[in-house]
Amino acid sequence: MLIYTLKRLLQAIPTLLIVITISFFLMRVAPGGPFDGERQLPPEIEANLMAAYHLDEPLPMQYLRYMGNLLQGDFGPSFKYKDFSVTELIMQGFPVSLEIGGLAILLALIVGLPLGIAAAIKRNSTVDYVVMGTALTGIAVPNFVLAPIFALVFGVLLGWLPAGGWNGGALPNLVLPVVALSIQQIAYIARMMRASMIEVLGSHFIRTARAKGLNEGEVLWRHAIRPALLPVMSYLGPAIAGIITGSVVIEQIFGIPGIGRYFVQGALNRDYTLVMGTVVFYGVLIVLMNLIVDLLYSALDPQIRYDD
Amino acid sequence: MAAIGGRGTHYTMTSKHHKMISPRTLAALGSLTLGALAGPAQAFSVDIANGAEPGSLDPQKTNGVWETRITRALFERLVSYAADGSLEPGLAESWEISDDGKTYTFHLRDAEWSDGEPITADDAVFALRRVLEPTIANQNANLYYPIVNARAINTGKKDGSALGVETVDTHTLRIHLTQPTAWFLQALAMTEASPLPEHVLAKAGDGWVEPGNTVSSGAFTLSQWQPQSQIVVTRNSRYYDADEVAVDKAVFYPIDDANAALNRFRTGEMDIAYSSVPASRFDWARENLGEALRVGPLTAEYFYMFNLHDGQPLADKRVREALNLAVRRDVITDQILGQGQTPSFWYVPRNTANAPQGELEFAELSLDERMTRARKLMQEAGYGPDHPLHLRLNYNTLEDHKKIAVAVAAMWKPLGVEVELINAEAAVHYATIREGNFEVARYGMVATINDPFDFLNAYADNGSASQSSGYHDAEYDALVAASTAELDPQKRRQLMTRAQQRLLDDYALLPLYDYVSVHLVSPRLQGWESNPMDVHPLRYLQESEQ
Repeated sequence: MLIYTLKRLLQAIPTLLIVITISFFLMRVAPGGPFDGERQLPPEIEANLMAAYHLDEPLPMQYLRYMGNLLQGDFGPSFKYKDFSVTELIMQGFPVSLEIGGLAILLALIVGLPLGIAAAIKRNSTVDYVVMGTALTGIAVPNFVLAPIFALVFGVLLGWLPAGGWNGGALPNLVLPVVALSIQQIAYIARMMRASMIEVLGSHFIRTARAKGLNEGEVLWRHAIRPALLPVMSYLGPAIAGIITGSVVIEQIFGIPGIGRYFVQGALNRDYTLVMGTVVFYGVLIVLMNLIVDLLYSALDPQIRYDD
Repeated sequence: MAAIGGRGTHYTMTSKHHKMISPRTLAALGSLTLGALAGPAQAFSVDIANGAEPGSLDPQKTNGVWETRITRALFERLVSYAADGSLEPGLAESWEISDDGKTYTFHLRDAEWSDGEPITADDAVFALRRVLEPTIANQNANLYYPIVNARAINTGKKDGSALGVETVDTHTLRIHLTQPTAWFLQALAMTEASPLPEHVLAKAGDGWVEPGNTVSSGAFTLSQWQPQSQIVVTRNSRYYDADEVAVDKAVFYPIDDANAALNRFRTGEMDIAYSSVPASRFDWARENLGEALRVGPLTAEYFYMFNLHDGQPLADKRVREALNLAVRRDVITDQILGQGQTPSFWYVPRNTANAPQGELEFAELSLDERMTRARKLMQEAGYGPDHPLHLRLNYNTLEDHKKIAVAVAAMWKPLGVEVELINAEAAVHYATIREGNFEVARYGMVATINDPFDFLNAYADNGSASQSSGYHDAEYDALVAASTAELDPQKRRQLMTRAQQRLLDDYALLPLYDYVSVHLVSPRLQGWESNPMDVHPLRYLQESEQ
């Protein structure tokens, strides 16, 4: 198991290198630079800016410089947020995104799994239709629609919760963004769990368990749920990496100081170092989450063993 | 010019700021009389939805209004802004300008940094040298090029010590210019010209602007900076005019979503919300927010840039004139925007200080007369319903830009012009313009200083608009250069009017409207005034008595 883990981590290095290289050059191929704005700069001043950020050097040279710094753990200074390095920005924002995202995933599991199981057991009943109908709506309504409605209804009109702001992570400030972020996940998880449960419940080993005379509760808890969780697990790996790195919509609408906005703003501002920093960070998280999921697989399914 | 994020007439124009009895004195009186009843006086705190997260709080590395709103509170300039945006003495209590307009002598008042160190003429010299250092890469450094050797220093040809600034004594600063420059004082009111605490920069290096390291010369000091969350500034008791400052604490929140800022203003969480009425909510805001909605003038112009390079369809003046004739600017300002923008038949926004006079020659004609003339011009140029002119119109992605482009295309259609609309995100759009790879392109120009200089200079030799559009006129260049060096306001205005008229008579561009600013300000605040520079010094805010 340990050797397997190490092997997977080593395999991740070339993957990340390719991701970094492609992102670096793609970013530079995109038309428009970090200093192209409404205000066109005088040539002397533009030259100073290009030199200050080494953008006047040939591209391969810039690439080597970037990789060299990266090896030393230095993501470089942000072009846009000049008083901070990219590392500082990510390290300040990530705990916030992690908190919001982690809570949202937790909520999604707590609500989504039981709903999915209930719908599977009571298949084609009213419960099933209500759960799946609601889930479909949850998937269909994007959070850039949902979040402003939440803010308006619960924040402005009813005044129950703050309409936005982080306030150091105070509980009332967490509620709306976490719920808004989790709704879609609840819907996905419930649908996936239902489908997977139905499949498991129809399989031979469940029939055998029932034939042995086990009661329905035991069949469900001991035999059905664990294998039914596998597809949900594989979905969760990348989903968690996506959610804990923040959501630009939720962060902008609720004013949350996470790192989600850096993905979009960094790209729009051509903040090359910030984009690269977020890409590397996200890449590493994806690799790690997938690895964790694969390791958990073996815990859930005795047929899967990593014997090297 | 600076980036414009907001949408920006004037429904509310508060009276000019009057100096009142010191609010501290009032507070003291209040606590004497009401002390027994009300307990200790509440701190006066202001919460501000400030648009975006600042890129920097180093006054020489800022370039957006959301940044300078904060840096101006922290760093006082030699010459400062009053509540109405006009210039007033700042750290310099007086100054003299020599008769030839080339030597400025500033007399600094006795003032201290927030750590108790004296603010000296050396700090001012240090700052001016630093703003021109190539490695600082200041984006407005060209505003200081009139200083002797400034350009050579900024391009790395000379050392900073060669700059034409000298300290006469600890409280006297002299600046030598290569030629008289009418707007030079305006440049000194910019945040980048604030004297800087050399003793702090020497010690803390790049981290000098962080809370704990930084010291300030302005009415406020930096207490807290949580990126993407909040920036807290508190009253600087060592500020030279601290007794007159009423605000104890201000918190700037970087809320980039206008709807979110509007929501938080409605719940009372925010006292001021800058540029936070989405265009689609403007009518609602006007009906429901009453006097909190502040619409003001702005020294910013919305126009279509024409590509005049050889071989381009718009190299033909007749076509440019026809396109200008056919556009009904009032339809755009009244029916599409409806926030009080002024239809413009000129280039330099009318509410800019010293703005030139004059307008497009046809401005007074009826629509029928204009269309008849436009059709005739297009016919002469060889276009008509059978030989349509195909034009590309580029705009950066934004709902209002799109609506305006669609409307303009429809207005041009009767002339036999078929328009292809091309939208792109801002970075791509402006790169396209810079490379001259366009025919007609949407442009928004905002003044960095309250003067026509930025606008006129852009179309002069080597100016950004001249390079992108290919407009060259030696007489225009000469008039702009002469107007910069002319110190008599009347004569200068005449020169600028003649310059602008040449541009307009050439139909070098298609002006559409003068921008307005739209902000939300709680009625509990006084001393917040709409003004064309859109500057609202925190130090003049007062709590209304209601």
